[in-house]
Amino acid sequence: MLQDKDRIFQNLYGDAGWDLKSARARGDWGNTRDFIAKGKDFLVEEVLNSGLRGRGGAGFSTGRKWSFMPKLDNKPHYLVINADESEPGTCKDRDIIRHEPHKLIEGALLAGVAIQAHVGYIYIRGEYTREAERLQAAINEAYQEGLLGKNAAGSEWDFDLYLQRGAGAYICGEETALLESMEGKKGQPRLKPPFPAIIGLYGCPTIINNVESIAVVPTILRRGASWFAGLGVPDATGTKIFSISGHVNKPCNVEEELGIPLKELIETHAGGVRGGWDNLLAIIPGGSSVPLLPKHICETVKMDFESLRSVKSGLGTAAVIVMDKSTDIIRAIARLSKFYMHESCGQCSPCREGTGWMWRLLTRIAEGRARIADIDKLLDISYQVEGHTICALGDAAAWPVQGLIRHFRDVMVTRIKQSAA
Amino acid sequence: MPKVIIDGQEVEAVEGGTILQTARQAGIEIPVFCYHERLKIAGNCRMCLVEIEGAPKPVASCAMPVAPNMVIHTKSEVAQKAQKGALEFLLAHHPLDCPICDQGGECDLQDITMAYGSGQSRYEEDKRAVPEKNMGPLVKTHMTRCIHCTRCVRFVQDVAGTQELGGISRGEDMEITTYLDQVLTTELSGNVIDLCPVGALTSRPYAFKGRPWDLTKTESIDVMDALGSNIRIDTAYLSVQRILPRLKEDINEEWLADKSRFACDGLKRQRLDTPYKKNSKGHLEPCSWEEAFSLIAEKIKKSSGKRIAALAGDMADVESQMALLDLMRSLGSPHTDCRQDSAISLPSIRSSYVFNSGLHGIDRADFCLLINTNLRREAPLLAARLRRRYGEGGMTVASLGGPVKKRDELTFPVNNLGADPGVLEELLDGSHKTCKALKRAKRPMLIIGQEALSRPDGDVILGKLRLLAEQYNLIKKEWCGFNVLQKAAGRVGGLDCGFVPGDAGWSTNLILKASERGDLDIIYLLGADELDMTSFKKTFVIYQGHHGDRGAMAADVVLPGAAYTEKSATYVNTEGRVQRTRKALSPPGEAREDWKIIISLAKSLGQALPYKSIEELQDRLVRANSVFNHLDHLTENSWGVFGSPEGMLLNDPFILSDTSYYMSDVISRSSETMARCVQDIEQSKIESGEKKSHD
Repeated sequence: MLQDKDRIFQNLYGDAGWDLKSARARGDWGNTRDFIAKGKDFLVEEVLNSGLRGRGGAGFSTGRKWSFMPKLDNKPHYLVINADESEPGTCKDRDIIRHEPHKLIEGALLAGVAIQAHVGYIYIRGEYTREAERLQAAINEAYQEGLLGKNAAGSEWDFDLYLQRGAGAYICGEETALLESMEGKKGQPRLKPPFPAIIGLYGCPTIINNVESIAVVPTILRRGASWFAGLGVPDATGTKIFSISGHVNKPCNVEEELGIPLKELIETHAGGVRGGWDNLLAIIPGGSSVPLLPKHICETVKMDFESLRSVKSGLGTAAVIVMDKSTDIIRAIARLSKFYMHESCGQCSPCREGTGWMWRLLTRIAEGRARIADIDKLLDISYQVEGHTICALGDAAAWPVQGLIRHFRDVMVTRIKQSAA
Repeated sequence: MPKVIIDGQEVEAVEGGTILQTARQAGIEIPVFCYHERLKIAGNCRMCLVEIEGAPKPVASCAMPVAPNMVIHTKSEVAQKAQKGALEFLLAHHPLDCPICDQGGECDLQDITMAYGSGQSRYEEDKRAVPEKNMGPLVKTHMTRCIHCTRCVRFVQDVAGTQELGGISRGEDMEITTYLDQVLTTELSGNVIDLCPVGALTSRPYAFKGRPWDLTKTESIDVMDALGSNIRIDTAYLSVQRILPRLKEDINEEWLADKSRFACDGLKRQRLDTPYKKNSKGHLEPCSWEEAFSLIAEKIKKSSGKRIAALAGDMADVESQMALLDLMRSLGSPHTDCRQDSAISLPSIRSSYVFNSGLHGIDRADFCLLINTNLRREAPLLAARLRRRYGEGGMTVASLGGPVKKRDELTFPVNNLGADPGVLEELLDGSHKTCKALKRAKRPMLIIGQEALSRPDGDVILGKLRLLAEQYNLIKKEWCGFNVLQKAAGRVGGLDCGFVPGDAGWSTNLILKASERGDLDIIYLLGADELDMTSFKKTFVIYQGHHGDRGAMAADVVLPGAAYTEKSATYVNTEGRVQRTRKALSPPGEAREDWKIIISLAKSLGQALPYKSIEELQDRLVRANSVFNHLDHLTENSWGVFGSPEGMLLNDPFILSDTSYYMSDVISRSSETMARCVQDIEQSKIESGEKKSHD
């Protein structure tokens, strides 16, 4: 279990103030200038050595992403921070913005220097009204104190940070759809390659990072890459905010070391499963898009990228959705299918047509209006969507369905048989 | 050149290209819907997924750059499963209405389903129905059939450049629609019909007219503007059913402007299908060819050559102009002209009246000065080509005396130099602010509209423009940027064969004036309708043409001729490219091919012309001008001295006539479809333009 002294987000619950003064008291903006003085290569190197992997879901090494930035070019570089936190179950970025906005702003400046960007944008989810106000207030404070703008924080580096509000589309959390949206177009993912690090916002090299990835950067620099790398497990270093929701006694956001056993995470921080551990049916460990895990896997699985992948699920955004035995698991997944159908951008055929098809089939199965063969058809359709789309929304729509069939096929068969009888 | 392996076959990679392009070059077929080589890559249909060894999942071959030593499988199990899956998704909501769909028989979805699809559908849920959209009188929609490939959207946004088509809503609710349900206003809208791989966008005028396998296809040349776009005429049941573009990289690529495509229903209306002569009451009444000829002979006998004149119209082919010219000269008349609008040109110097750089020259130019031309109405495809060149960067376009109406504006930024002809002087003495850019340009070009040259001071303007071209390096080795944009398909051919005033002959203006004075006995109008017919009150008018329009209304004798779809005839486009139409149909009723009429008339006048067949007539053409020796060939025209630059410019600003794009000649004026376009598109353009000015 993570010791309090190793927590990065000391004010995750808003016990102290969010404002600049309180943030400074927690050590934020302390010696930002000194890190910048050490140069961009130092910043990239430190983040690379810390082993930090992106906190938005895909888990790509943040330091490596930064190192992809072209070294010799005359185009402006942009930093874009993805605060379009819309994955069902995930609410970690919201608390960072609410209670620790200066960690994000300081991180933005440091990341800006690391990738040689003079302009940063934070694209915040449209529904986050209060959060946007809070973040803007914090940005204004930083400007007033000279921490942003010309010669930001006395570093001789000019850095402007702008807040851009989304309009409530899940797909705009996909990094290239986010860029399209920022450019004023319909939020539809772009084809890759070219990747945004080469051709991004307004055709210029752009790095897009999750809020949490950026917000931990100042602390990594302060306490050293080796401190961060010493936490967690080798392939998943450091700490991570877990959002625990669903049928637990105390739903919460909690910062913990990666690699913590799932059962320990729930028992220690969320007050255990409603009605006791034995009342557990299944857990979606990483936000609604990853395949669910039945109870027997949840007993032992650890919360890191590799462990979860080995049980055919994923860490995703580390949003743990707990479902006890009162859950109609087919209907629950059908509801997720409906979400992905609703949020599909409609650009590419497998996702546009497949998400609706999966939802309709799953709804029929949930209601028992189906044949046994429909289960395999559903599985086959999910495989036809997965990996065949422009962005990862197709995968996100297919995985919950695959997880359901993998672990609860008997429930589905029973439902259909009962209804036929 | 790097090599890649596709389906076990080592092939050369297309440099800077994609997997799909490489495969196509090697003759390996990959099915596609959204990909189109002239549009931006969208990669959304997912039909072209292929397997690359080492890649975790199948990739869209249309969008993936090819890299050396890639090992690609287009028919492996992974690739086939992915392709089959994509097709199943596309078909999931697609209606099974092929028997009543106009795309049937030329539908990509049908063809690809036959080759790659599964025998039956697994989709058992309710199918989607999408409301129709009003895209205007040309494009008919059946949006339930739409597979969201966005080819139409990309065409309209990128090629035509009007931001009026797009996708709204998301997921399976996504719909392709026009902005606020307004009709498509671009002059290139018909191309979305060709681009649509399914039957979602079809031709409204051609709706339910025929099946592709019932049509007889004739490759021909368009005459609705002076570009000479290459077309295919589809005929059935003794009439033209539709006109489609034919690939011609140097002219129309694979696009076609709406008038060229849709005015063809005008070929069935108002046709002159029998000779007419005016009776004692002043009404035209049908007569026989013999009667018509003898009446003409009678009139000519009473007159003398100096009191006879001939004017050739905008759609007159070269053969008939040549024959009529020979006839007029043998009658002793020097009064011939093919320039109804009196636009100035020096017939002896070809570079004074053609688009010297060729249309493909636009692709290489870096500065373009438009003089008094309304490109969207005069040559929409040229406007699109210029837009593309502009989009590639390093190109400045300026316009002097350009269109003033919002609906005529080009779809890319143009420096507006106003409408004062005095700007030409400023450009010549170097005091104008554009001179710097003009001087810097490596391949500058002028595009000169006909209306600048048909002004009373047209000769001065032509001369000043020649000086401008010489001064600013427009004329050099392998580059001639002096471009005259003709509007009439028959004009360059007429000038090339010499259908201009002979010794002491009158030009159009003088012919009209002579007629008003009573100094002209007979006027022979070869398809010439764009004239003030009231000038001919005292003159005996012979009208030879295919439509009962202005000319026929004013005529004393009408000789029914053939339209461009009904004759194999030569036309020279604005570039000076000699092309030949092919006869797709016979002219209606008693009407005959134009050159034959003139030969017969000459014979009955006792002035038999020295040729009996079209081949002999074409030999005569070559003798008149060697350019007719080479079909589809751009000859380099020598530069010379033309125009009167020392003359005085008039103070009047450049103006552009407000002739409707959709109704500019006898065919389009007779077309019901074009009439609807005027009503629905131009009216709507005016309305939206007015709305904008109110905002």
